[in-house]
Amino acid sequence: MKVFQHAVFAATLAAGAATMAQADTVSVGMITTLSGGGAGLGVDMRDGFQLALDMADAQNIRLVIEDDAQRPELAVQIAERMIQSERVDILTGIIWSNLAMAVVPSAVAQDILYLSPNAGPSALAGANCHPNYFNVAWQNDMLHEGAGAYANELRYQNTFIMAPNYPAGTDALNGFKRYYEGELAGELFTQVGQTDYAAELAQIRASGADSIFIFLPGGMGISFMRQYEQSGLDLPIVSAAFTFSQDILPAVGSAALGVFNASQWSPDLDNAANQEFVAAFRAEFGRIPSLYASQGFDTANLILSAAAKADVSDRAAFRDALLEADFDSVRGDFAWGPNQHPIQRVYIREVVEVDGEITNRIVGTAFEAHADVHGENCNM
Amino acid sequence: MTLALVLEQLLNGVQFGLMLFLMSAGLTLVFGVMGLINLAHGSLYMIGAFLCAAVAGATGNFWLGLLAGIAAAAAAGALIEVVVIRRLYDRDHLDQVLATFALILILSEGVRMIFGPFPLYLNVPDLFRGTVRLGIVDYSLYRLALIGFGLAVALGLWLLIAKTRLGIRIRAGESDREMIAALGVNIRALYTVVFALGAALAGLAGALVGAIQSVQVGMGEPVLILAFVVIVIGGIGSIKGAMVGALLVGVIDTMGRFLLPRAFALFLDTSQAMGVGAALASMLIYLLMALILIFRPKGLFPAHG
Repeated sequence: MKVFQHAVFAATLAAGAATMAQADTVSVGMITTLSGGGAGLGVDMRDGFQLALDMADAQNIRLVIEDDAQRPELAVQIAERMIQSERVDILTGIIWSNLAMAVVPSAVAQDILYLSPNAGPSALAGANCHPNYFNVAWQNDMLHEGAGAYANELRYQNTFIMAPNYPAGTDALNGFKRYYEGELAGELFTQVGQTDYAAELAQIRASGADSIFIFLPGGMGISFMRQYEQSGLDLPIVSAAFTFSQDILPAVGSAALGVFNASQWSPDLDNAANQEFVAAFRAEFGRIPSLYASQGFDTANLILSAAAKADVSDRAAFRDALLEADFDSVRGDFAWGPNQHPIQRVYIREVVEVDGEITNRIVGTAFEAHADVHGENCNM
Repeated sequence: MTLALVLEQLLNGVQFGLMLFLMSAGLTLVFGVMGLINLAHGSLYMIGAFLCAAVAGATGNFWLGLLAGIAAAAAAGALIEVVVIRRLYDRDHLDQVLATFALILILSEGVRMIFGPFPLYLNVPDLFRGTVRLGIVDYSLYRLALIGFGLAVALGLWLLIAKTRLGIRIRAGESDREMIAALGVNIRALYTVVFALGAALAGLAGALVGAIQSVQVGMGEPVLILAFVVIVIGGIGSIKGAMVGALLVGVIDTMGRFLLPRAFALFLDTSQAMGVGAALASMLIYLLMALILIFRPKGLFPAHG
């Protein structure tokens, strides 16, 4: 009898070892903004990520979450701690491009995989691309390029453009200008986290612009729209999804109605994965997900898809599994470009009111299968 | 660049300055009278804005919200003074900074627990929507109202300090606290009142500005930094200094953001000029502060000669 027990035990061990090779625990460190003015973005991203793990009932992911308070130096410390003490295999979660610039190059050089659920600075997409760096959301320029292309379609001739003075702001203005064919009535950089836009609004008024392009994510967008509404200006605004995302629309209110914004995703996007995601997110958190939540959700599902195929300790095999992108993205089709940034469709959304809630609805397409311009400088 | 644009920017600078004055008046009063550095002043600003947004959202009336915001900030101020600050008067400034920094973290987390991490909706009252024609400038009516509010509060504060018994005690407390305690004035109660008054001013600023900004956790800290610049420029402890300093900072910051990129555009290409100009504009008030401190190390209007 005892022999039999041993045999069973050994057999179980052997079977266990076989499945272990497939289902080894993946340690994921999430550094994101959970306090301060940018908290809404990080919270949505985290909730989307966690929801994907819960829906898959994933037992093989160990998730460590820390708040970077939108401070680059803090993000660097957290990353070092996660790599040294927590021994994470994958880092993810950073919302802001200046923080990504501070963390990503050193992390990927230490053979840590970095999967970006948001920030996609151009500096990491071109000559400085890295096999360990994957962007699951977009390269920064991409959605602004969509806004630029749509400004042409709307026949805007003289647009005033404005963004905060940090890597993603520069990428935004460059992206818009790359496709926009009209004249520029003016071009302004504001401060990151700026709350008062009186000086900028006065210049827009004096510039004789026929339209405005802004990139002001998080609280900056709320402040601008509040003040724009009271300024007496009545110019059409075209933008990318960030400034008219679900995390801030309830606080902006009706001032945002009718604004066109470019996005790779929208809550009303009609595919099975997205419908399931939006319904589950609403049931779990009682609010409509933002694009940040969708990107967190996709990032988690991408990790799960790779973890089912490869052992994360074999980085090359795990990277290959990530490159297969064998998951149902809530944005629909998902494909990698040469710099491991997505090639994807860019939609145009309009801010609308549905059943008393202010949200976005898809009204058109800016690009089919759009790739960023920096990929051609990437030699991997 | 037209005259109307320059005038509008000047008005913007004055409006920004007056809101900074509401913040810095409380800060400088507390420092002048009680010798206390209160980093949590920005949190009281946040409390004012959140309560205003919550009450205005529930009742649909901005003015009720404004009253609630002021009352909540004053009450929070009084409570903080009695529970925490009172133990710090005899300690050095480093202990005060440490304790009030802890208060920032506690209050921010507390507000997040109650109201959640997403910004709240607070709109301008119906009375002050839209714009008004001032000579050659179309100006936002609400911003004009903010200028009015700022001036009214400045006048009220001056009357309070210069003409009332409470004001006499505050001034006496500023110059010699042992002596007025010896004269039988209840210095503990006076401190609580001064702290609550400073808190109410911060709450008022938060609620007023909240209507045209994002009501979010951590909204007070950027303003707090500017308020410290203002009181250092104006002379710590001086209300008059706070007024002059606030207007200087407001106008110079606004005009710098407006004019510097244009100045650089004269000899750089547009994108570069915007980047350099914006970067330099964000440093301008700190350069101003450094310059003033070189020539007037105690600020423009030092409270203690």
